Amino acid sequence: MRLTGVCKQFPGGTLALDDISLTIEDRDFLVLLGPSGCGKSTLLRLIAGLEPPTSGSIDWTGRPPAPGEIGYVFQDATLMPWATALQNVALPLRLRAAPDAEARARAALAQVGLADFAHARPKTLSGGMRMRVSIARALVSRPRLLLMDEPFAALDEFTRHRLQDECLSLAASLGCTTIFVTHSLYEAAYLASRVVLMSPRPGRIARELPGAAPTDRTRTGAEFNARVAVLSEAVQALHLPSDVSS
Amino acid sequence: MIRLHPTALSLLSFAAALVLWQAIVTVGHVAPYLVPGPLAIFLAFWSDAPGLLRALLATLSVTFAALTTAMILGVLLAAAMSASRWARAAIEPWAVILQVTPVVAVAPLIIVWIGDPFSAMVVCATVVAFFPVFSNTAAGLAATPQDLLDLFRLNGATSRQEVVLLRLPAAIPYFLAGLRVSGGLALVGAVVAEFVTGAGGVASGLAFRILESGYRLQTARMFAALALLSAAGLAINAALGLLSRRVLGRFA
Repeated sequence: MRLTGVCKQFPGGTLALDDISLTIEDRDFLVLLGPSGCGKSTLLRLIAGLEPPTSGSIDWTGRPPAPGEIGYVFQDATLMPWATALQNVALPLRLRAAPDAEARARAALAQVGLADFAHARPKTLSGGMRMRVSIARALVSRPRLLLMDEPFAALDEFTRHRLQDECLSLAASLGCTTIFVTHSLYEAAYLASRVVLMSPRPGRIARELPGAAPTDRTRTGAEFNARVAVLSEAVQALHLPSDVSS
Repeated sequence: MIRLHPTALSLLSFAAALVLWQAIVTVGHVAPYLVPGPLAIFLAFWSDAPGLLRALLATLSVTFAALTTAMILGVLLAAAMSASRWARAAIEPWAVILQVTPVVAVAPLIIVWIGDPFSAMVVCATVVAFFPVFSNTAAGLAATPQDLLDLFRLNGATSRQEVVLLRLPAAIPYFLAGLRVSGGLALVGAVVAEFVTGAGGVASGLAFRILESGYRLQTARMFAALALLSAAGLAINAALGLLSRRVLGRFA
């Protein structure tokens, strides 16, 4: 998949993304890293086809993804509160009247370790469990492309680590390409096979950095620390104004 | 220290007010045609219980017919508004006009146009009850979480699937809140309609009984009819509250 000169301007005139060019290989685990307001989420929405770019193009090698071939995980679990975990996971299949929706949804729930919670309603589940349901829903249609928008930002450190591991192994077992948005250096250093660092206002690609080898998944040790250090330096080199948050 | 359940406390304060009321009326020798005491009101009710209960039934049938009509119309029009911008532009001003025009002012016209008193009263009460359930449902249909809408779109949902599987269920808590307000208003509308039509006869409702008792200076009977109306209002409110708690447990 290739993005060429993608720009996005919002109706108010704000330039959210400026000249984004990016090639994404099959089975990449690409992490979009950047501070708030750098247009990471907007870029994800453009890639998903939820919004058109103002200019530039997004081209697919081979055919563009059909409905259900893009899995999307939002920052909040965004489950339907009136439906059970199983019904929530089965939704993407049900919308396309796919066969065996229930059996496949059960299998997806089992993959995220929630086989026993098929009939639980979202409000009875913990934040981490809700996010697992959300991930199962994104994976149930066996997507070619998995888009994740700061999915673990609201979770505690312990849950986050576990879900990061599960996320890596699920993506690997599906063989899908993953684009993962985060503002955490550590998350980027741990998950990414490639890191794209973005700078804010307007959102631009600042640097591309190598990530971890698929065999090297640790949160300790010299190589991990070195990757974090490289990312930290790259972030410092952005010369962010001190009032980025405002 | 004695601990009391809040409900018990409410009942106790109500009972105390009744006792105090009776005491003042008895001790002060207040004329019963001005302010009858609770006992006199109860006796007035007892002496004409079948008549007053028949009147209550008549009022309630107008109320429920109006609430049902308001609910069906409100949901259909709100759904139409959410489905198309054209429908929104066409419907919204009328709904607002309907809401801001006092029904008492429109009622005589409705009665002239619709000969049948029952239908005319239902139309009047529907006009009063319509707006909350309509506007709440419309707000609920418009407040569907964007992420879920995106998810439906990503999976190629048809607009019908989007409405049936997402927008309608997501709007249910809003709809129920509106329905509860409309329930109370339907009763108000029914009473106003009865006053304006002044329809007597066998099928006449509580409002007509109040008017009639007023002409005859049967103040205790007026109070009895009034108490029945309050009780009906409370019951409608409680029933719709129970319904929304039951359903909200499932939908929110």
